[in-house]
Amino acid sequence: MASTWILFRREFASFFATPVAYVFILIFLMLSGVFSFFIGNLYERGQADLLPFFNFHPWLYLFLVPAMAMRSWSEERKSGTIELLMTLPVTTFQVMLGKFFAAWAVLGLALLLTFPLWLTVNYLGNPDNGIIIAAYLGSWLMAGAFLAIGICMSALTKSQVVAFILAVVVCFLFVLSGSGIVLDSFKGWMPPLLLDTLASFSFLTHFESMAKGVIALNDLGYFLIVIGVWLYAGFLAVEQKKAE
Amino acid sequence: MISVKNLTKRFGGFTAVDNLSFEVKPGDIVGFLGPNGAGKSTTMKMLTGFLTPSSGEIRIADQAMDQSSKHIQQRLGYLPEGAPAYGDMTPIQFLNFIADIRKLKGREKQQRLDEVIEQVALTEVLNRPIENLSKGFKRRVGLAQAILHDPEILVLDEPTDGLDPNQKHQVRELIQNLSKDKLVIISTHILEEVAAVCNRAMIIASGRMLFDATPEALQKKSRYYRAISLHFTQMTDISGLAELPGVADMEVERHSGRVLLFPEGEQELMPGVSAYIKNRGLQVDSLYEEQGRLDDVFRQMTAEVKV
Repeated sequence: MASTWILFRREFASFFATPVAYVFILIFLMLSGVFSFFIGNLYERGQADLLPFFNFHPWLYLFLVPAMAMRSWSEERKSGTIELLMTLPVTTFQVMLGKFFAAWAVLGLALLLTFPLWLTVNYLGNPDNGIIIAAYLGSWLMAGAFLAIGICMSALTKSQVVAFILAVVVCFLFVLSGSGIVLDSFKGWMPPLLLDTLASFSFLTHFESMAKGVIALNDLGYFLIVIGVWLYAGFLAVEQKKAE
Repeated sequence: MISVKNLTKRFGGFTAVDNLSFEVKPGDIVGFLGPNGAGKSTTMKMLTGFLTPSSGEIRIADQAMDQSSKHIQQRLGYLPEGAPAYGDMTPIQFLNFIADIRKLKGREKQQRLDEVIEQVALTEVLNRPIENLSKGFKRRVGLAQAILHDPEILVLDEPTDGLDPNQKHQVRELIQNLSKDKLVIISTHILEEVAAVCNRAMIIASGRMLFDATPEALQKKSRYYRAISLHFTQMTDISGLAELPGVADMEVERHSGRVLLFPEGEQELMPGVSAYIKNRGLQVDSLYEEQGRLDDVFRQMTAEVKV
């Protein structure tokens, strides 16, 4: 636990030593603002909530989170620091958790910094702040799922670019499997049970209710399981490929 | 105490380390020699628990590597090949991180940090990002990291690679000054380094152990060991030198005109040769006994393997 905390601090500081964290936060804030106001019509809807803001999160994360996660293991392997890390008295598992939580903390920070939007809707009307907090939590959790995929893909390759592309593709599949386009095209011939299973794999399906403020146990469980499974897969990949 | 038994590592169809067995005791400073690709780094990676052997056993301080690698790693300092470090950190941040991971705390931590920074002379670059440092400084950061927790066992993969002669000298001194009950393994392909620092030399090639004894024993294997090298001021008839008792062979180096007399066995030739020169009144401007040429032995040994 103590080692994980030390690793977490190093990773977290490294996000700010290289401009990754600043660039990420800046672009996240800009894009989420642009999307909610110009495409989501936050003003014109005339409702005091943040639904237009949260609805775009999966699509923002789709590209931004893999960009943030791509260096986590690729860089270690490329620069050889993985050899140093793995011969220190820490386990791969502790390193994995340190990396994940550090990046997740930066994502959380980016979300927190969107507070002016929250202030805005509170100034303009009387939103249900409980819903907004629930949606924030849901969004952070979903970001963690994107992140776990990104870290796993980064563990697979020395090249950050390859890691980024792989992560975007896999994340895209997870997002898309619940979208209308995919579900409609399968609707005619696929048994409903399979269709539901397919939809239930999607980040969108599980995030939808969370964005509306409903935190159900199965949605929570879903994201936590996704995070756990992908981090474990990444852990296996690191153990397998560290020497290459 | 390190004990390695029948250590083998295969990568696909390629055997990098082939049935290696050896023991190293505290106080040993082992020079691990071999041509590039001989399996030195692979062996070190297994000794430090980074790679898992394909077969064979590694025991360090009475613990098996495959069962208690984390315990072993606490007692071990390792400088990986190329001295990797986190480029975005400064040396002081990096060493603080390593100290925390090594569970150094409070005054002890500060004391060790000060000591190590002084030992490898890092003071002037403490607050510059590691990625902007010169090769020599990077290597020293790597060394500092390896000795920070004062480990009983130190494994250094090419610690002087890329350093200038002054820095090489510093690093060698540092290794010599480590306390006498430590166990050090250094890989290198610089032969003088072994003679200068180590009390034991191991040569491996193609993953197999070719030689394991003192550097002196290695020198003795050279055909130049105890050979007499001399150079005459003027053209001289030297045929008589080859007839001297104990001389097995005589050679003249073409470009320098230097005469080399090789002894039979370990016979001492110097008294005979100097008497001969005196008696004839020959003019000699240099005369000495060779110590044995390590690179010669090295080439000979490792070339045999390839054939």
